[in-house]
Amino acid sequence: MSSNYSPDKIFKLDAVKKTRIIVSAIFFIAIIAAFFIYPLAWDKVISKVNVISPVALPNFVKVPFKLGLDLAGGTRLVYLADVSNIAGQDSESAMSGLRDVIERRVNFFGVSEPVIEVEHSGSDWRLIVELAGIKDISQAIALIGETPFLEFKEQRDDAETQQILKEQKAGNENYLMQDPYFKATNLSGKYIKSAKVEFNQTTYQPEVSVQFDAEGAKMFEELTTRNVGKMIGIYLDGFQRSSPVVREPISGGSAVISGKFNIDEAKKLVEALNAGALPVPIKLISQDSVGASLGQDSLNKSITAGLIGFLTVVIFMIAFYRFPGVVAVVALVIYSVLVLALFKLVPVTLTLAGVAGFILSIGMAVDANILIFERMKEEFRVGKGLGSAINDGFARAWPSIRDSNISTLITTAVLYYFTTSVVKGFALTLSIGVVVSMFSAIFVTRSFLKFLPVNSLEKRPWLMGVKHSKQYD
Amino acid sequence: MINIIGKRKIYYTISIIFIAVSVIALLLWGLEFGIDFKGGSILEVSYPNNRPETEKIAESLKFLNLSDLRISSVGGNGVNFRFKETDESTHQEIIKILNMDGVEERRFSSIGPTVGVELQQKSIKAIIIVLLGISLYIAWAFRKISHPLSSWRYGVATLAALFHDLIIPIGLFSILGHYYGVEIGTNFIVALLVTLGFSVHDTIVVFDRIRENLKRYESLDFVSLVNQSVNETIIRSISTSFTVLLTLLALFIFGGGELKYFILALMVGIFSGTYSSIFIASPILVSWSKMLNKS
Repeated sequence: MSSNYSPDKIFKLDAVKKTRIIVSAIFFIAIIAAFFIYPLAWDKVISKVNVISPVALPNFVKVPFKLGLDLAGGTRLVYLADVSNIAGQDSESAMSGLRDVIERRVNFFGVSEPVIEVEHSGSDWRLIVELAGIKDISQAIALIGETPFLEFKEQRDDAETQQILKEQKAGNENYLMQDPYFKATNLSGKYIKSAKVEFNQTTYQPEVSVQFDAEGAKMFEELTTRNVGKMIGIYLDGFQRSSPVVREPISGGSAVISGKFNIDEAKKLVEALNAGALPVPIKLISQDSVGASLGQDSLNKSITAGLIGFLTVVIFMIAFYRFPGVVAVVALVIYSVLVLALFKLVPVTLTLAGVAGFILSIGMAVDANILIFERMKEEFRVGKGLGSAINDGFARAWPSIRDSNISTLITTAVLYYFTTSVVKGFALTLSIGVVVSMFSAIFVTRSFLKFLPVNSLEKRPWLMGVKHSKQYD
Repeated sequence: MINIIGKRKIYYTISIIFIAVSVIALLLWGLEFGIDFKGGSILEVSYPNNRPETEKIAESLKFLNLSDLRISSVGGNGVNFRFKETDESTHQEIIKILNMDGVEERRFSSIGPTVGVELQQKSIKAIIIVLLGISLYIAWAFRKISHPLSSWRYGVATLAALFHDLIIPIGLFSILGHYYGVEIGTNFIVALLVTLGFSVHDTIVVFDRIRENLKRYESLDFVSLVNQSVNETIIRSISTSFTVLLTLLALFIFGGGELKYFILALMVGIFSGTYSSIFIASPILVSWSKMLNKS
């Protein structure tokens, strides 16, 4: 009376031979996964083997766990974009323009894998910036929110340049971040009235010409007067775009930025400059910043908690279920190793909530095992032989394992689509956990149970955690 | 065999008392929302040596006129500040002043009220969709059952049990919020949803046994059949919940303070979920079939 969905029918895994292959494959994959999680173990072994081995074996590939903001430290910034001056359907393209500009600025900060997302909620357009592992959060906020990011710099005099180069060579920290050749001026993109794309008369290369407002024109005239015969550095988002030599003082307030861009880039720059550098004004409406030390604390605590939680489960399972409990523990170790390896492989960004999701999925994986064992004991108690008790127990436990896990997957899918990134992390780890736990119930626990020394266990029912077995058939 | 179904009125009464207390607490006091739901700022710093008196810190920040400023100490040398949501420049001013004591900034969040309200709505929406999704799935998964109750009634019984498991932790946190200022945030919503997940696991296991026994013992009356099914699954339900509660207890004792109330919500929710799947969901099926028989 087994269910239509019994994995026996799906996978046709009856033969002992097949079980043997599956069990070896499971162990093989689990060992590879374990090295993937902790490659240093492999490297240690390899370094010893390499002493005697004729062929040098390589070290194991190292992929770090991807940690979220609350564990690695970092910040999550939510900006509200003011699209009131932009016609309806253009909002989306303006937002993607904004995204690009912010991405450029954030990249300048050297944060690894920043997350920058556009979110449309009701009539609001938002930009979400997540920077993990960043040290100076306030500087990042200043940089992102800054409106004019076009800068004009003037050349330092030789003595100054030499001085800075010397200090930098000596490793003087105060000088490391300084540009030895150019120094800042007050003139920036803020003073630009308009910008347009032009083509150079002789080279036919695209150029961007800018027109300053009255104040900017005056500053530009002063700057050029001061620097006749020298270079002026034109910087966009911190990078030098061109450095023309000033031949004579320029009055009237127009300048040309030339070189190194194609027509698309020139157009983009013009758009950016015309809109005040950012395509739409933005306002920081919320921020969530976690210092690196707090992140480290949380990480350590959750690892400790996870280990302790795991140990309590191990003790309980063995005390209560005896021999099958040991099988379940081995299955759980394999389960955990596989899930952690998947977290690295996908990769899943681990947050505190995500770790909680993982620990809970261990609970659900245990549940699958408990369901199977209870059913097995039940069949054993009514007098079936252990072999058929295992088969029937599994077949009868399966529908409830399947149905309950599917309902959990429904929950996680809803969580993933309807809520914030914190909850998403939780939903993702939990759903991966649930899927792997079903896999582990079908393949790992089941294949292991088929390997049990049935005859000797039948003679020692206490190993099965059952007091009386009335008869064997 | 324990006669659970026969004594269902006692179990209903226990649940009704808990639900009534929860609803009353909720109506009287509502819930204490954290900053992610209502907006506001929270700043946590730690002092290198001994932290100054909170009055002294408050005095030094007075000129900034932070509204609703509350200062409390956390852990060995930490201090927690709560105030209305603020802009980045005010945040920097605060840090500048605190930095005279060489503090380390451990965490700063400032959340706008609109973002908070939106999160509230999203959370409620998520919970409702989860409830409906699970109930519909159960009605579908048990679609082959038609006698003596059709499968959609199993879905409704599940819904009732899930509602039970939501309202009790919410009531508890309403009381905790009123007396101890415990706030609920995104974590609490996560805890509720996990509770739903576990509770439905337990309920499905019992229903699955009813489904199986209906096929096996066609002559048995529904009351005894349900009672037998509950008894056959009760050890599994209790050992699973016990395992999970053990894990949670470990997290509660050794985990970070941040997650303490998250874990508490989970423990209460999972306990309630186990109770409801044994003493509420299946008895409701019996009461319902009796009601249908009478009419």
